[in-house]
Amino acid sequence: MADSKKPKAAPSPQRQRNSLASPRGTGRRAPRLAPERSLLVQFLTHLGHGVTDSLWRLGFAAHFFLAVLLNSGTAFRRFQLTIRETYFSGALSIVIILVSGLFVGMVLGLQGYDTLERYGSSEALGVLVSLSLVRELGPVVAGLLFASRAGAAITAEIGLMKATEQISAMEMMAVNPIARVVAPRFWAGVISMPLLAALFSAMGIFGGYLVGVKLIGVDPGSFWSQMQATVDFREDIMNGVIKSFVFGILISWIAVFEGYDADPTAEGVSRATTRTVVTSSLSVLAADFILTAFMFRGA
Amino acid sequence: MASATSSSPEILVKIRDLSFSYGDRSILSGINMEIPRGKVVAIMGSSGCGKTTTLRLIGGQLRPTRGMVEVNGEIVHKLTSDALYELRRRMGMLFQFGALFTDMSVYDNVAFQIREHTDLPEELINDLVLMKLHAVGLRGAHGLMPTELSGGMARRVALARAVALDPMLIMYDEPFAGLDPISLSIIGDLIRKLNDALGASSIIVTHDVQESLKIVDYVYFVSAGKVVAEGTPKEIRASEAPYVHQFVWGEADGPVPFHNPAVQSYDEVLLGARHG
Repeated sequence: MADSKKPKAAPSPQRQRNSLASPRGTGRRAPRLAPERSLLVQFLTHLGHGVTDSLWRLGFAAHFFLAVLLNSGTAFRRFQLTIRETYFSGALSIVIILVSGLFVGMVLGLQGYDTLERYGSSEALGVLVSLSLVRELGPVVAGLLFASRAGAAITAEIGLMKATEQISAMEMMAVNPIARVVAPRFWAGVISMPLLAALFSAMGIFGGYLVGVKLIGVDPGSFWSQMQATVDFREDIMNGVIKSFVFGILISWIAVFEGYDADPTAEGVSRATTRTVVTSSLSVLAADFILTAFMFRGA
Repeated sequence: MASATSSSPEILVKIRDLSFSYGDRSILSGINMEIPRGKVVAIMGSSGCGKTTTLRLIGGQLRPTRGMVEVNGEIVHKLTSDALYELRRRMGMLFQFGALFTDMSVYDNVAFQIREHTDLPEELINDLVLMKLHAVGLRGAHGLMPTELSGGMARRVALARAVALDPMLIMYDEPFAGLDPISLSIIGDLIRKLNDALGASSIIVTHDVQESLKIVDYVYFVSAGKVVAEGTPKEIRASEAPYVHQFVWGEADGPVPFHNPAVQSYDEVLLGARHG
């Protein structure tokens, strides 16, 4: 592995990607060289190669993440680059976030009322709606929507820029594409995600209010006052914000990485876009579990 | 390094024993070339012979497995990434399909490099951009988006962008591919004129023999990763070398092998690899 890396050891990630291909190559060849090997050995070989491939990829993604952080100077010095991308990934996602938030809140209002009513505590509806939104549903559902709307778009855009040699052209113009193209998109995602999650939660609470108070007739005074008394700023709201911030980093990282790593073909870009949605959705859910376990273990 | 600069000031790009391979697949094996200052040099050869790879090696986007490329006295693959970027500021490259930034207008595309690398005021950038666009005959198109341009126009905008910072070396990757005859000779003329007006040197990678022989000063023929012939357009036209003859006159049969070299021989594949 080290040998096959040597001739191509160069600063650009594209070349490091070539070296990543080497374990895959040997992976395909191994079973053909020894056809008499038992099925079990073949299975284990495939499994092993699968694992090493994933580890290589993870290592490369981590390396890429560091490169993005190190090259973030431009994204902040020329902040209008980041603002532009924030418009595309954040502002243009507002409609879908608001509409989804409204519906999720309305469903929470209906379901919550139905359950609480059995115990005669329907005035706690405000607490139920707001806690579920700011602690869980806001960051998670906004994250999933953001991954499929903005994350997929970022991957497709960077992938196509690569396929049409725009990234190469930028390199040849002595402009670092990681600093000029990738970092602003990454930071735009990190900035947008907490704001979108907050909007989602706010809209969801409004939806819960519409259904609970206006439609079913829960007392508005207890709806709001119990919410105000129970929802803690640090414990509930800040932890929700931290979650959405972490999800923002995860989704943006996966989206820019998949785009930059995409095979420069139509098929490669489509595969990368799919991977962005799948991987970032799963990572959002997994990270949500881990964060929740740490944040609310004492509660 | 310093001695190389002083010993041959009239040679801008020097390629010595340059080899490159992707894994086991060898692309270039030991080529030598010299690009004199102020000249337009063509690298010709059939598709996949390593022409574009040569350009990428000159631009430092790939690292040679052996040998070296020297541009303006500096060995490209030994430069630090800062020094490489410094060198690339003085190179322009025209990509095969233009590679214009699709999210920017024609104007912003041409202004891109000036804005990235200089602190010039916007009025001055405006003058420079319109000047470059005027040089390629597209001053009126400055407000269009790349998707609104025809192939030939896109190529000309990309050319204006490549020369935005008055480079010392301009590289063209298949500048004639996919163009109609009129656009093709416009691009050909522009390449020659811009080169002479800017006092730059140009490398054209192409397989369009007739058009490039009209405008270049010197030609290298590359086949299977080796330089197989070289000379001025006059010498090339008169050449009796079998490869050059096949290429210039577009004959299907000749020294260029029809089969892509395979790792296993034909017999081996047919008899099966199992008896080993």
